[in-house]
Amino acid sequence: MQKSIKILSPCGILGYGFPEQSFLNAFHEKIHGIVVDAGSTDAGPHKLGANVSIVSRRALKKDLSIILENGLKHRIPVIIGSAGGAGAKTHVELTIEVVKEILAEQNTHARIGVIWADFKQQMIIDALEEGRITPLSVNIPKLTIQQILETKTIVAQMGHEPILKALKQRCDIILCGRSYDPSPFAALGIYHGMDPGLSYHLGKILECGALCAEPGTTKDSILGTLYKDSFTVQALNPIRQCTPTSVAAHTFYEKEHPFILLGPGFTLNLENCEFNEIEEGVIEVRNSQYKRDEEVRIKLEGARKVAYRTFVIAGIRDPLLIERLEAVEEEVLQQVRSYFTEISEEDYQVNFYHYGKDAVLGEQEPSPFLGHEIGAMFEVLAKTQELANSICANVRSTFLHYGYEGRKSSAGNLAFPFAPSDIEFGPVYEFSIYHLMRITQDPFLLEVMEV
Amino acid sequence: MVKLVEKAKILRSKNAGPFEITLDVLFDDKKAYEEVKNSGIISKESIAEIYNLSLADIHHLVYFDQALGIKITIARKISSGSPGDRDVYGAQQHAPLMNLEL
Repeated sequence: MQKSIKILSPCGILGYGFPEQSFLNAFHEKIHGIVVDAGSTDAGPHKLGANVSIVSRRALKKDLSIILENGLKHRIPVIIGSAGGAGAKTHVELTIEVVKEILAEQNTHARIGVIWADFKQQMIIDALEEGRITPLSVNIPKLTIQQILETKTIVAQMGHEPILKALKQRCDIILCGRSYDPSPFAALGIYHGMDPGLSYHLGKILECGALCAEPGTTKDSILGTLYKDSFTVQALNPIRQCTPTSVAAHTFYEKEHPFILLGPGFTLNLENCEFNEIEEGVIEVRNSQYKRDEEVRIKLEGARKVAYRTFVIAGIRDPLLIERLEAVEEEVLQQVRSYFTEISEEDYQVNFYHYGKDAVLGEQEPSPFLGHEIGAMFEVLAKTQELANSICANVRSTFLHYGYEGRKSSAGNLAFPFAPSDIEFGPVYEFSIYHLMRITQDPFLLEVMEV
Repeated sequence: MVKLVEKAKILRSKNAGPFEITLDVLFDDKKAYEEVKNSGIISKESIAEIYNLSLADIHHLVYFDQALGIKITIARKISSGSPGDRDVYGAQQHAPLMNLEL
């Protein structure tokens, strides 16, 4: 067994970019692999539903070119988690295409392992009927067959197991479909015989790039080293430094519980972890405990189209209107409804947002509003784009000219920053599947290609 | 009166998946952390009141001594990015907690 395993994480999301020098600084020592997470559900269900990426193709290629060149030069594996953002077929295919383009440009060859994470609707229906599906948290409704049928793209988060298979098959580049964010990092540690608890905890920290350092950012590189009984993290850019607090704080990051982390087929218990600075800027972590679950459950993700949106942004400065804004909007809506009597009210929805007035927290806002202008946004969500456009145009013109009680500004109520004022947004999605599925065998398929 | 934001090193919110928002309060001073912890001011009841939620919507409220931190995870009324959602990343939900008086 190797004494230590060094893993380089270039950035928090592939395509977010990183200073090349930070990345190269890692190679002063022997590095065992470059692992980068490419995915997230943070930007909402749109990426998965619409099959689009979270970063531009240009940025994906720019980051990947540096990563692949150095990975191949040093003969170490490059592993990409949740390729293309949502890790579904289209996202992975785009990544394969870009990888091939780079290899051709660099006039080199590689063995690529692709691990698919897509699931057919029928597989999920079968699992539902066999009672193998449960909501992830208490506020998620039970899954129905209709919901599954309305969800075109379904993926599940893989653990480290299929990635281990690809490493054992000596792949130079491993492109994972949707994966549990820490899994590609953990896989490399586990492949080298390291403790799975430490490997996963390190993965949890590395997957966001240099966010665990101070000042934190997802757009810089970070180095993790696994030892037999501990791991360390350190920044690769001299302007940043890790501290016990910054690393412990990152353990906290974006999880529902501070020290119980649920992953595919295991539970990570970090309750007894210690965070110590053993050298300036080098933080050592111990006691990350991994426990295999009796039943292996993977997280399914699916997004379905729920509506089409058109929206308008405008400014309101007139204090007489601000004073009675909600009442005016209600009257505007009534007038729109009475104009479009032929359209069922169930086929569309109009929402008003008042930026500068409780827009972020909505009804959960505890502080009173104090201000002299409001950024007003309204959106129409409807069954078709044509319907959303038509209704939105009517809401806009009605609102603009509406003669509310006490009005003195009879020329218009809204200041539009853009012409045209109405913005056609396109389809809107929601996470229709966010459930756990019990499995008895690894459902993720590995495909190996020589390029 | 001292506000929570004056004592905490980090006070933030973020999605914990699309259906939950997690609020992190982290300290760099053990004494300050212990004071807040022992005061009982951050409780399921106080969070429910600040965020206009029912107690059942507060999924976790946990103190993690090693990190000198408190994590509170609450249910989203509308899942991230669905129609009607106001904060896709859940990154601006921490502000009301800043003004909690200690």
